[in-house]
Amino acid sequence: MGKIFATTNKSSVHLHQHLQMVILIVMSGITLVSFLLSLSAGSVPIPLEQVLTILFHKEAERATWVTIIYDFRIPKALTAALAGAALGVSGLQMQTLFRNPLADPFILGISSGASLGVAIVVLSVGTANTSLLAVTGLLSNISLVVAASFGAGIVMILVIFIAQQVRSSITLLILGLMISYVTSAVVSLLLYFSIAERIHAYIAWSFGNFGGVTWSQLWVLGPTIGIGLFLAFLLTKALNALLLGETYARSMGMNIQMTRSGIVLSSAVLAGAVTAFCGPIAFLGVAVPHLCRALLRTSDHNVLIPACIWVGATTALVGDLIAQAPGFSIVLPLNAITSLVGAPIVIWVILQRYRGTFSL
Amino acid sequence: MNEPVLTTENLRIGYSGRGGVRRIIADHLNLTLRSGEVVCLMGPNGVGKSTLLRTLIGMQPPLAGRVFLDKTDLATLKPREIARRISVVLTERIEVGQLSVYNLVALGRYPYTNWFGRLTPHDEAIVQTAIAATQAEHLARRYIHELSDGERQRVMVARALAQEPQVMVLDEPTAFLDLSHRVAMMQLLRRLAHDTQRAVILSTHDLDLALRSADIVWLMTTDGTVYSGAPEDLVLSGAFEKAFANCEITFDRYHGQFRFHYSSVHRATLLGEGLIRKWTSHALERIGYLTSSTDNPTALRITISGTEQQPCWHIQAKGHPERCVYSLHDLVTLVREMSPSGN
Repeated sequence: MGKIFATTNKSSVHLHQHLQMVILIVMSGITLVSFLLSLSAGSVPIPLEQVLTILFHKEAERATWVTIIYDFRIPKALTAALAGAALGVSGLQMQTLFRNPLADPFILGISSGASLGVAIVVLSVGTANTSLLAVTGLLSNISLVVAASFGAGIVMILVIFIAQQVRSSITLLILGLMISYVTSAVVSLLLYFSIAERIHAYIAWSFGNFGGVTWSQLWVLGPTIGIGLFLAFLLTKALNALLLGETYARSMGMNIQMTRSGIVLSSAVLAGAVTAFCGPIAFLGVAVPHLCRALLRTSDHNVLIPACIWVGATTALVGDLIAQAPGFSIVLPLNAITSLVGAPIVIWVILQRYRGTFSL
Repeated sequence: MNEPVLTTENLRIGYSGRGGVRRIIADHLNLTLRSGEVVCLMGPNGVGKSTLLRTLIGMQPPLAGRVFLDKTDLATLKPREIARRISVVLTERIEVGQLSVYNLVALGRYPYTNWFGRLTPHDEAIVQTAIAATQAEHLARRYIHELSDGERQRVMVARALAQEPQVMVLDEPTAFLDLSHRVAMMQLLRRLAHDTQRAVILSTHDLDLALRSADIVWLMTTDGTVYSGAPEDLVLSGAFEKAFANCEITFDRYHGQFRFHYSSVHRATLLGEGLIRKWTSHALERIGYLTSSTDNPTALRITISGTEQQPCWHIQAKGHPERCVYSLHDLVTLVREMSPSGN
């Protein structure tokens, strides 16, 4: 069967290492352009050359533009880029660990834990007749980040503990699923007994948003994601061996429990940090690895991890750019936009590249 | 005589379940694997071949006794040290996605490379040698998912070889392959064992192939005994019969193959000679007729005429009109219809 398709299949040509390198460099260039565009676009459009002037000379035609760029748009664009990169790499690790193309960063229940933390704070703290103003105040508060981090952290510790005990990764998968069910059940109960303003506040959080991160919070988010990505780079060799399955990986001398815990730790730190600061950003984590595999035609993590960083950052920046709805005075829910715009693109790319045979 | 590389000392294999409940599969195993030898591990399904293999490669702890790798107790070796001496090829058909053959074989260097898995020129050379030794050079730049089962298995052997093992363990490497690929695989393994002085152990159900290509057969029986010896020794000693005998088949020691037990309830006279006679008799045996050439009065009498290219069977049966057929399929169908018991 393979012989019939081998000659006609476009993907049978293995991309040369140098070509992969070129593609990676082009990808980083596209990320930079998206970054600049996202600084320029918004409710107050700032011309691109003015953006560059502000970046290099800290001055512009209008003084307010400098403030807008430095205090709002740079933190927001940095957050988007960091979050996209983190989710892409986290999703890649999960898909490889579980050998499942549908796995995403939230499969271990990390974001469910974060959601529960936020739900407890937004839906139940204080008296039931707290005014709407107080609730909106709560939303922008750092306490949400703390609550989400706590929720994500507790689930992460639980999952890592179990990762060291169980023989098969599938057990871990089912466990993550169960954690998600339990936490969403608790969130449902909280929603049921809560008042409309609080429910609205919780739902607004669950839409996802890159805009709420301040410079001081970036000093936490940035290094956390840096640590997660560094761990992912350290695990490159192990991830490649895991492509063959756990039995082969063990036969090559891998300590499967240790490796699995490392992957879970890296992936959970990345997904947990993003969820804590930006809300549960869906879709990017499952889509970005597929895009990268399709574009680079490889499953080699030496190539895929940098690719997921660039493609993840770009997708998040572009998604946020569209959610801003340039020219209109509204902001659309980020989660809806990433899925609506991203899904058709991913479907197209995958149909183009894989031509019927699907693989990780 | 070649050096022993893997030996077992009073090895007891099996599983320890909850609450100290143990299921012993085989006990007091004293087996020796020598460099340059191909060992075929055989035995009925469910007899514990995979358990024995897993214990030998250190993936499952023995219940008692020890496994020695080069005179070192396997239990004292780190996984990485074991991986530098033992490599495996599993039955499972791997789905690795978009990995080129070269990249896959290079994964075999895992126990040697640094933390980041960077290949040194030495590693690259060994990967090339492994690919060349398995005659897979033309596949090197192809993707794994494009390969046929035979090519895939060849590449998995190359990967195992890149691990530079003293012992290569293969779990049913010929399971998905057709006859010619099975033979090619066995010849490849024999060549690798003899040329590079590695020990190769593989489990297989392919008796014919094992008899033709194994240096040693380890035959596991349901009572937990493992017979070890040259395949011919085991034929002569009747070990194969003990291992596989049941009411369905018997082992034909003379031909070295298994025969079905046909419940031959009918008799037929078969007149004719040569190749046509042999296969006619074969076909009739399959449907429960024992044939003889003596012209005894039987209910069924078949006479062969014609040539090998155009044979013809003349059928005479009591209570039926005489008929001529031109294929054994027609013969079998007709005889079945005539058969008194409707067999």
